[in-house]
Amino acid sequence: MAAAELGKLTPELAAIQVEIEEYARGYGLDFYPTIFELIDADQLNEIAARGGFPTRYPHWRFGMEYEQLSKGYHYGLQKIYEMVINNDPCYAYLMRCNGTIDQKMVMAHVYGHCDFFKNNQWFTHTNRKMMDEVANHGTRVRRIMDRIGVEEVEDFIDICLSIEDLIDVHSPFIKRRNTADRFDFTEETRDDSNKAPRFDAKSYMEPFINPKEKLQAEQNRIDEQTEETPCPETPERDVMRFLLEHAPLKAWQADLLSIVRDEAYYFAPQAQTKIMNEGWASYWHSTIMINQGLTAADVVNYCDHHSGTMASAPTQLNPYKVGIELFRNIEDRWNRGAFGREYEECDDFAKRENWNTGAGLGREKIFEVRRIHNDLTFIDEFLTLDFVREHKLFRFGYNPNSEAYEIESREFPKVKRQLLESLTNRGRPMISVVDGNYKNRGELYMQHEYSDVELQMDQAHDTLENLHRLWNRPVHIATFLEDEQVVVSYDGSEHHLRSGNAEDLADDSEDAA
Amino acid sequence: MILDIERDQRRFKQIVRGKIRENLRKYITHGEMIGRRGKETVSIPIPQLDIPRFRFGDNGSGGVGQGDGEVGDPVGKPGEGSSGAGGAGSEPGSGHFLEVEVDLDELAEMLGEELELPRIEPKGTASIMSDKAKYNSIRQTGPESLRHFKRTYLNALRRQISTGNYQPDNPCIVPIKSDKQYRSWNDVPRPEVNAVVIYMMDVSGSMTDEQKQIVRTEAFWIDAWLGKQYKGIEKRYIIHDAAAKEVDENTFYHTRESGGTRISSAYQVCAELIEKSFPVSDWNIYCFQFSDGDNWGDDNQKAFELLSDKLLPAANVFCYGQVESPYGSGDFIDALRKQYSDNEKLVLSEIEDREGIYESIKTFLGKGQ
Repeated sequence: MAAAELGKLTPELAAIQVEIEEYARGYGLDFYPTIFELIDADQLNEIAARGGFPTRYPHWRFGMEYEQLSKGYHYGLQKIYEMVINNDPCYAYLMRCNGTIDQKMVMAHVYGHCDFFKNNQWFTHTNRKMMDEVANHGTRVRRIMDRIGVEEVEDFIDICLSIEDLIDVHSPFIKRRNTADRFDFTEETRDDSNKAPRFDAKSYMEPFINPKEKLQAEQNRIDEQTEETPCPETPERDVMRFLLEHAPLKAWQADLLSIVRDEAYYFAPQAQTKIMNEGWASYWHSTIMINQGLTAADVVNYCDHHSGTMASAPTQLNPYKVGIELFRNIEDRWNRGAFGREYEECDDFAKRENWNTGAGLGREKIFEVRRIHNDLTFIDEFLTLDFVREHKLFRFGYNPNSEAYEIESREFPKVKRQLLESLTNRGRPMISVVDGNYKNRGELYMQHEYSDVELQMDQAHDTLENLHRLWNRPVHIATFLEDEQVVVSYDGSEHHLRSGNAEDLADDSEDAA
Repeated sequence: MILDIERDQRRFKQIVRGKIRENLRKYITHGEMIGRRGKETVSIPIPQLDIPRFRFGDNGSGGVGQGDGEVGDPVGKPGEGSSGAGGAGSEPGSGHFLEVEVDLDELAEMLGEELELPRIEPKGTASIMSDKAKYNSIRQTGPESLRHFKRTYLNALRRQISTGNYQPDNPCIVPIKSDKQYRSWNDVPRPEVNAVVIYMMDVSGSMTDEQKQIVRTEAFWIDAWLGKQYKGIEKRYIIHDAAAKEVDENTFYHTRESGGTRISSAYQVCAELIEKSFPVSDWNIYCFQFSDGDNWGDDNQKAFELLSDKLLPAANVFCYGQVESPYGSGDFIDALRKQYSDNEKLVLSEIEDREGIYESIKTFLGKGQ
């Protein structure tokens, strides 16, 4: 195991680990075995640049990440305290130069994350041997590079990354259709269902028993009846899989695409649960440290770092802060019994404020919440008017006149809506493949589910070009620009923009042809 | 253990290099960054390559924030850090660049790295020594303003513990006079290497503002680089049309004269300046001359004489940049080329437009003299 060769904990820290782990178990946190590695800042930056996996495949963007992280670190702008990998066993990296009390706090925080990884529903289908898997990916990519050439491979990876977020985050949970298996080598059985039925006949009797004209007529009738099944049958959100199954890829290309896709699926739940995951971990480091971990001498240091983690800038909502406060809010409400119909319908402010049925369900509730929710449903269900007011949340927008971001509204529905929108589909446009044989010419036609926010056109153009390189035929995406339906296309040499509905445009062109 | 981040970093840099060139050029020609030079720091972008994706465009920018303020209060400008963790638009306002403030020293370092400039070897030996006060020691006495807070309290703490006056529950530390420690200085002898940069510019009617802007930008980078190589660099400015005079920096960049061009006049002033103030034995002398090259015909001979006899022997390097002007470029550079084809100290460069600055700096400073 590659990571195990990194720094071992000092005896002092190992003792702290035992201590903290016991506290964590005492609270009912449930996690995979957790391995802490003690490494210095440069190594941590290196690993962080590779998304936490030291053995990840080589790619320039990790170099870019590293450049930013290390510059940020050396200029004193930022510092990574800790890093946890969703894996069984969990790996967590500690920075060597942190003080003992920081390490203690970080460990408590890490156990929060580990518990979340293991128990949150959205992580159930992630690969728990990802450390090994990623190392395998690395080996595969290196081998392909040796064979094909670094330039070409890296170029192709760039293309794959360009559509990395076009995956269907719900697909691990819902079996929408039988997936074609890439490794299925059984011979295709001939499918006769679309052929006109014929009687068995000796060859010299054939023209009499199965006359040609009759057969042809029957065949025509059947052809008319059976409409061609569209491909894909239903719009496919998992564009990467669609391409894997249908695009004319070479074996090594398909391999790379599937590597990028696998990793995208692995990382997706982390993007889906940023607020909850950090909130949950922060909740636990704070609970454990305040109740057990701290000595009088450490209080100031701890508070300093805790508040540093919780700080929020005006235009940047801190997921740690929102998360921990929401969990505390939920715990408090369920402890007081401040939920349910009776509470919701009460509009006496004072009464709501002092509401207490002594239900004491808080702990239980937050454990339930961490099991079943993701950020979107978490905010949807638990972000209340009172919370928004108490924590002074606002919605801001860009004002072109003053060339600055300004507070637009403090109204609860608007704030909540903005937040929910930004979390829907991890803040990315929702795009699906509608037709892999558009205009009956094997062109790729995708649909952007428009929700008042346009696509950024220059980037969309470049992405289409990349898609074209995978698909090798013209690619189209239907979206909206200035409230008008448009289809943006790339045919391999230039971009087209036509307004109108994709189906109509397809018909038009067929008529023209 | 495969942790070859250098490989990825190198590849990133290689990819960017094609891009960096673009950026650096664009950014060198940016007038604004010279405006910020007074603060000793310049903000420079860290390149970032974005992989194109389908993402949300501008009309969705905005997000949810936290804090005080009324509706309508500004909360930040685009490009100020990252904005909108909950922004509906992916990263509203943040461009492809992360801006980092660096000081001029570092900037010069980067410039050197980017242009692959050699370090300059100072001419001659550093014969002059000067003393410099350096605060690097501690004394028992001194003014209160120089009291070393940490050491003083450490002494007090040590004394209190050793005398048993320290209570961990009530850690109250009171320094007395004998605890007090003060910062103090020593005189450190330092070899002095002096350098002077003499800029000469043609301000005759044919030099437009555009040309001056080019000169100015180029001078900024030259300053940055030479300033990095020599501590305490002197700068002198000479302008000329048919007659030359020494001026201050501001005047240098903002004077507009009409009239003819007599380059020898500038050489004359320059030679006098060197003679008077910068003895060759003690100074590294750098001359940069910018003109559109439209010299009066009969003046060339005189200019060459001055150059051969006075300036070239004195200077580490003499750089002539000929800026292309809308009135057509002169032929002074050709004359120089013919006359001094084998002189190592004379560096010639033609600057066609802003894009040319990059190459020109490389030509001027690339020799490491």
